[in-house]
Amino acid sequence: MSLILVQVIVGGLLLGAVYALFSSGLTLVWGMMNIVNFAHGDFVMLGMYVAFVVYTLMGGGPILGAPLATLVLATLGVIVYFGLIRDIMKGPMLAQILGTFGLALLLRYSVFWWFGANFQSLPQNIVGGTYAVAGLRIEASRLLAGVVALLVTLGLHLLLTRTSLGSKMLAVAEDATAAQLMGIRPDTMQAIAWAIAAGATGLAGALIANFFYIVPTVGETLGIVAFVTVSLGGFGSVPGALVAGLLIGVIESLSGYLIGAVYKDIVVYLLFLFFLWFRPQGLMGKM
Amino acid sequence: MRFKHALGLLSAAAMSLALAGAATAQDKTVKIGVILPMSGGTASIGAHAKAALEVAVDIINNAHPELEKLPLAKNAGLAGLSGAKVELVIADNQGSPATGQNQALRLITEEKVVAILGAYQSGITLTASAIAEKYGIPFLTPESVAANLTERGFKWFFRTTPIAPDFVRIYDQFLTDMKAAGAKTDAIALVHDNTEYGSSVANTIATGFKEKGRAGVIDVAYPVNATDLQSQVLQLKEKKPDVVLMISYTSDAILFAKTMQSLDYKPPLLLADDAGYSDPSFIKAVGKLSQGVFNRSAWAVGPAGSPSAVVADMYKKKSGEEMEDTVGRQMQGFFVLVDAIDRAGSTDPAKIQAALKATDLKPDQLIMGYQGVKFDDKGQNVLASAYIIQLQDGENYVSVWPKTNAEKAPMLPYKGW
Repeated sequence: MSLILVQVIVGGLLLGAVYALFSSGLTLVWGMMNIVNFAHGDFVMLGMYVAFVVYTLMGGGPILGAPLATLVLATLGVIVYFGLIRDIMKGPMLAQILGTFGLALLLRYSVFWWFGANFQSLPQNIVGGTYAVAGLRIEASRLLAGVVALLVTLGLHLLLTRTSLGSKMLAVAEDATAAQLMGIRPDTMQAIAWAIAAGATGLAGALIANFFYIVPTVGETLGIVAFVTVSLGGFGSVPGALVAGLLIGVIESLSGYLIGAVYKDIVVYLLFLFFLWFRPQGLMGKM
Repeated sequence: MRFKHALGLLSAAAMSLALAGAATAQDKTVKIGVILPMSGGTASIGAHAKAALEVAVDIINNAHPELEKLPLAKNAGLAGLSGAKVELVIADNQGSPATGQNQALRLITEEKVVAILGAYQSGITLTASAIAEKYGIPFLTPESVAANLTERGFKWFFRTTPIAPDFVRIYDQFLTDMKAAGAKTDAIALVHDNTEYGSSVANTIATGFKEKGRAGVIDVAYPVNATDLQSQVLQLKEKKPDVVLMISYTSDAILFAKTMQSLDYKPPLLLADDAGYSDPSFIKAVGKLSQGVFNRSAWAVGPAGSPSAVVADMYKKKSGEEMEDTVGRQMQGFFVLVDAIDRAGSTDPAKIQAALKATDLKPDQLIMGYQGVKFDDKGQNVLASAYIIQLQDGENYVSVWPKTNAEKAPMLPYKGW
């Protein structure tokens, strides 16, 4: 196999890990509440702007920016839950779609108003440049995002399967009334779920900002990928999002290189539809 | 409660009456519709264009004797319409051809604009101008370059910018000169997105280069607003073209620069077709990673005190940005349109159309480096032209070609970062 082809696959895996990283929050919210968060891409965007502000105001890199973005977005997640989600959950599906979509526009154009429409960018070597290993080039910032993606996926999975908090959250997801009878407060659990999901999304944004451009509308570009990743992986399944992200990343890279970039989305979505034909619940989703 | 309700309705009615009254009393205002991307992926372009057009309106509506060479600048308002002022009605195309079309309809039927300027993206100019044609309202595009826009037999469509066949001529001569200076220019890769702009310009250049005997043109297409461009950069790295010609909007231009640096790819000569590479936010974001990139531009700031230098200064004060080719072409197109309205001495669309057809502006009446403005039967400015500029230090473009217009000598090979 030629070296360039190996580079294509490595690049695809790193890209896929990033896809997985910013999809885990979306799948969690779906798993907990059956809500599709259309503002998800804009949460990623906010995470990117937190990293940008940390850099421009304090000169800080991702060591400061990433935790801060996690914290800011987690707080926002709780506010959004109590201010919007809790009420629209009682409404019809359409209200949920329009509610989160409206939130997306509100966030996008608030940032637009405050920061302007210009493209921003962090310095290229903010996370220590590019490693050259045996002729392959691996960008440190993408590697960092990939490693964090694995850790976040593992962390969320352990949280949901091995801790009492996770069990309580799943109990609420299963049957909120029954959980309440057992002394679990659905409101608290769901607010925690939103905090975790939004926090993970903010973290993803802060890490993606290290190698992507920053603009108020970037959520449109990234949001779509998150939806595809989550539905391929299975709505609600955190490990599913990881596997799906890696798959999509590699397929995109390979088809972009071998067939041509304008066809890569066709390849990805054809395979995606074909797969859903046989397994509508996604790779690891439950029926 | 009911009384309060009725009161609210009454006051609303009174307000709308007052507003309507104000509109009839002020019919000395000439409303010009402007369609621009104010949101979506190219919103930065719309924000800059808005600032530039507001500067142009200031120049037209107020007396600017220091700019007396430019038509309309010396007096306040339009002399041909007894001092009437112009007013911009800006509509957001949201980066979508369908929205652009609806906005054109709204501007014509509801805002009653006398002419339309727009719409940046060629694909949107295509749909929006079709509405203007149907309603018989002049539509001038100052910046959309897709060749087919002026091939539709439209009667109300005008274009001031140089277009793809002009680029073929400019790039061919430029590359010939670079070859004479010792650069290899045989294998050329055209990297472009799949929009109307990207694919039509790439197509015209590929065909034009072939006619001029340039074989070895490689086509690398990618979807607009890409999330990842690693595989395209790797394709280039493998094929090793001598010249890479980029036809991209801002978002993809930035991502290309970042990806080329991380994969350590530098073509010997990188030439950009304006668009994203002229956006000041491109230079701020990745200028330092793109040192030595060549770019097409009809803008040069000129000596201090020249109309272009004065205008550049006004624009910088308004927007905080350096003046560049795209906003310059937009401003120039607006001046041409308003000059025609002034000469028509009327807001009747047919008279404005006739005045546009009779346009004959000389180079010293322009802020851009065109050889003049004169429209052919298709509405295309036959005197449009452009220079080649280079981002030598990663911060400011300087003109490097043709020699008669060059501030500095071209620097080769491409340096990158």
